[in-house]
Order: sequence, then C-alpha cells, then structure tokens
Amino acid sequence: MSQFDFMKKKAQDLRKEALKLHKIASETRIASTLSAIEIFVVLYYGQVLSYSENPTWEDRDRLIISKGHGSFCIYPILAEIGYFDENELQEAGSQKSILGAIPDSLIPGFETTNGSLGHGLGVACGIALALKRKNISQKVFVVAGDGEFNEGSMWEAIMFASYHKLDNLILIIDDNKISMLGHQKDIITNTSFTDKFESFNWEAIKADGHDVKDLHNALMTMRNNCGKPHVVIAETVKGKGVVALEDKSLSHVMSLNPSEIDEILKDWE
Amino acid sequence: MKNKQVKTMRDTIIEEISNRMEENKSIFFLTADMGAPALDKLRQKYADRFINVGIAEQNLINVSTGLALEGFTVYAFAIAAFLSMRAYEQIRNNLALLGDHKELNVNLLGVGVGVSYDMSGPSHHCLEDISIIRTLPNMSLFSPSDWVMAYSFVKHSIRFKSPKYIRLDSKAMPNIYEESEQFDWETGFVELNKGKDVCIISTGITTHKSLKIIDELSKDSIKTGLIDLFMLKYFDKEYLLKILSKYKVVITIEEGFIGKGGLDSIIANLKIHYQADFTLKSFGFSDSYLFQQGSREFLSECHGFSIKDIISSIKNY
Repeated sequence: MSQFDFMKKKAQDLRKEALKLHKIASETRIASTLSAIEIFVVLYYGQVLSYSENPTWEDRDRLIISKGHGSFCIYPILAEIGYFDENELQEAGSQKSILGAIPDSLIPGFETTNGSLGHGLGVACGIALALKRKNISQKVFVVAGDGEFNEGSMWEAIMFASYHKLDNLILIIDDNKISMLGHQKDIITNTSFTDKFESFNWEAIKADGHDVKDLHNALMTMRNNCGKPHVVIAETVKGKGVVALEDKSLSHVMSLNPSEIDEILKDWE
Repeated sequence: MKNKQVKTMRDTIIEEISNRMEENKSIFFLTADMGAPALDKLRQKYADRFINVGIAEQNLINVSTGLALEGFTVYAFAIAAFLSMRAYEQIRNNLALLGDHKELNVNLLGVGVGVSYDMSGPSHHCLEDISIIRTLPNMSLFSPSDWVMAYSFVKHSIRFKSPKYIRLDSKAMPNIYEESEQFDWETGFVELNKGKDVCIISTGITTHKSLKIIDELSKDSIKTGLIDLFMLKYFDKEYLLKILSKYKVVITIEEGFIGKGGLDSIIANLKIHYQADFTLKSFGFSDSYLFQQGSREFLSECHGFSIKDIISSIKNY
C-alpha cells in the first residue's frame, strides 16, 4: 500500500470513528470535525514528529490545535499513537472520561487550551520564537478554522510571525467557509486568504483539503527556511462525507441521531 | 527614615529585571509598545531578548505563553488598564487555565494602576484590576507600595514559576522601606504600625496616603494601626486575622471601585469566613467613572476619601 493509499484508508476509518464518537457524545461538533479529517491524518501520519511515551520531548514538532471544536476526531489517532488507552474512546463525553467534546490541555497530546477561538496562532508564534532561540529545528504546526480569522488577535499574530521571520511556523487553515450561523461570505467576508497572507509577507499555498496527496505535497513545499512563515489554505467542505451536513449553512450546530449514524456507517461498508 | 529617594516602581523593577538578564539568559522582556526610561537601556543591551509586539495586548499574552511553555521566564509590560482588560480572556485561558497544569512563568507588568494616569481620563484609569484578576485561579496578584518592594520581588518572580499580575503605579514616590528590607512573600503583608482600636489596610499608592493619615492622627495622640497588604491573592490569612482581631474598626483604602471585589472585598470575605468581630469601613471610588480633571488627591476628594475625610472618619470612632 502506498503512503497515500494508507492515508486515504486512515481518513475513511477516522470518519467512521468520528461518527461513532458523535453517537456516544452528541454535543461534539461533527460537521466541523469532518472537514478537518484529512488535515489531521496528513499531519499525524506524514508530518508531525511526536513521541507519545514522552509528550513533552524537547525535539518533537509542536502541533497547536486552535480549532478546538473540530478536533475531537483526533482522539482515535492519539489513542493509536499511544497517548492514551484505546478503551478511553468508548467513554468519550462521559463523566469518567478525560475526552470532552472540546479537547483541553489535560489530554495527552494537546499542547494548549482550545475552545475559545483566535488564541492558537499567537501562542504558536511564542513557541516558534522559543524554538529558534533554543536552536531546535523542529516545526510548529497550527490548525485553525477559517472563521477564526474574524478575530482580531489572529491578525496581531500574523503581523508578528512575518516580522520575526518565523519560517518554522506552518499554519493550516481548514477553509470550510462556514461558521456557526452560516457561510462566511454572508456574514462578514468573502476571504481570499492567499492574497491577504502574501500581503503580510507569508508564503501561502492552496491545497485540496480532502486530497491527502495534494495536502501532503503542499505541506512538503512549506518546510523550507525562506525567512517567511508558511500557510497552507486547505479548501474543505464542512460536514464532508455526510450528505445531510455537507456545505449546509447551519451544519455547525447540527447533530446526527444514532439511527442516522447507523445508516451512514452501513452505507460506507 | 534615612536615605529616602523618589523613584518610580516601574523603573526600579525594570532595572532589576535588566540586571538579572545579564546572568539569566532565559529571561525575555516583552512590551506592547509601552516605554519607560529604564527600558531604553534594557532594549539596547538585550536586543535579542526584548520584543515589542506592537500595540497588541492580546498577542502580548499569547506570545508570552508560547515562550513560557518552552521554559523561558517572561515579563510582559503594558498599560495596566489595557493589559488587564483588553487581554483578559488571553490571561484567563492561556495563563490562569493553562497554568493549572503547565509551568508558565509569565509576569504581567501593568503600569498605571488606580488613577496614576490622573490627567489621562477614565480610559487610562485602572480601577477594576484587583477584582477581575483576583477571581482567576492560579494567578498571583502583587501590588507593591514602593520602588524598593517592587524591585525586591524580581528575585522571587524568577524562582516562583507561575503566572503573576504585578500592578505598578506610574508616579515617582519616596521609598517606604529600607533597601535592606527582607519581604516575606508568603505572608504577603507588612504591619507598618501598631495602633489601638483602628487599623488601616492599604495597598500600593494608598499606603503612602495611609502613612500621612496615621502621622496626622498621632499629633492628636491617636494611635492607628497600618497594614500594607501586597500579595492580594495568596497571603497568610490566619496571621492577618490574628492581627486584625485586636482592633474594633478596620478601614480599607484603595484607588479602585469599592464593593466590587477589590481590597475591601478581600477583607470582607476574611471577616465573613472567620466570623471576625471588627467593624469594616471601606474607602475608594464609588460606582462611576471619573471624568473630572485633576490631581489624584482631588479625585479622591470628589469621592469622599481625601486624607481629611478619612482622618475625620477615624476621629469619629
């Protein structure tokens, strides 16, 4: 099996796992996580160097997940890599579990606090600067949603990153174009991220956020030391894979009931 | 007291941080485009560890968090009102909340507390910081009363690796303490004067005001107690209560809103918790912003807590 066939298979499996988790923890934001599946698969199985036995290993890559709501899909990945026991997945969302609907920094493998939007990029800038000062050549990856760029704090960080030439910083935007109450173009902006980032002196590239090969290759071109921070704009579909959710303006707050989930899982067999 | 010198706590604390940066290479100094005379030297000498994030308090906190997660000791400097309120959620999530289980040595230096910026109007006044920072778990709150105490804290701040908010007055004032003073950061207060019946508790600038008050009262042979409370979150509550129990009346004086979680509430909570008998009277700003132009003493006069007001109140007890 080629690297990309493996990743494709992983993404398929993870979609199923995400739906299963949503079945037992209905408050999880399923549409938001389905758009980011391939992003996390490509990062964990092809980009991010980590060591689950020592989550704070100095020479790891740092992965900052700013898009908290849409990241519960990585629980199965973290379990498989060994951050915690796979049995923990069955308890997600329950009182007994460490795994909540929005992951927090107590969960092994999560570096920072998630949930409130617009924080991750600025914290990642501080980490990227620190790694440079410590002569650690590892990368700092950030996964952010497109809606997060409504927050002014993101633009404070965007200016900071290019001024300080943080070329060890790689931002991936899950550009699913929908926030809670609808399409971003109908709320506040029809954002062209490429132009904006280039004007702030970042190196920017677009990729198909559901094509693992395209995403992986885009990320590979961003691993250079050109003196500029990097951004991969991953064009995605909110709710990807589930017809009832795909690109629906209110998909962020839509939940699937258990029988719907069973139907979908049966279709995918 | 001998050797009284008029200095700003802002400059002495920055000078001491600068001294430490010489030997301690893990210290970063960040500012949100805010300056100080002492900072001009620091930023020249340690240009590689001085960062001006621009007029961006939110990013000031976030970048500080990132550096601290990687083990650096960070001082983050900005105008107190903007640092504590513009960036409040960053302080909450990335310092207080994350500081629950990560070692984050971020020291927020908020300059211009109370009505330090008396002539700059209500946007620059900082009357809310004690109550809003105090409510955050895992945050220490340090409120020095003079420049000696301010710089003495630096050594402790490096060793004690957790998030802290340090509230600094912007005005130059004479020192209260000798430079040889050994502050006990865990006790968190100094009993500056022992009295009979009435004891004043002050913090920051109001300790200077309180010293004038007890001095005036002593001319009429009225002995008033004075406690300078400088650690407003973590201090020896039982020891403080033991001292206060000897008094009939306890008076708090602060350059902040009263009845809303500030210094007065710290003592009120203590009184309730330990079912203490003393009568509590609080002086500070009432529930309105200050649009008057004038000196600090004039502004407190407008709100009924000038030196004269407090003296006549104490004489009535």
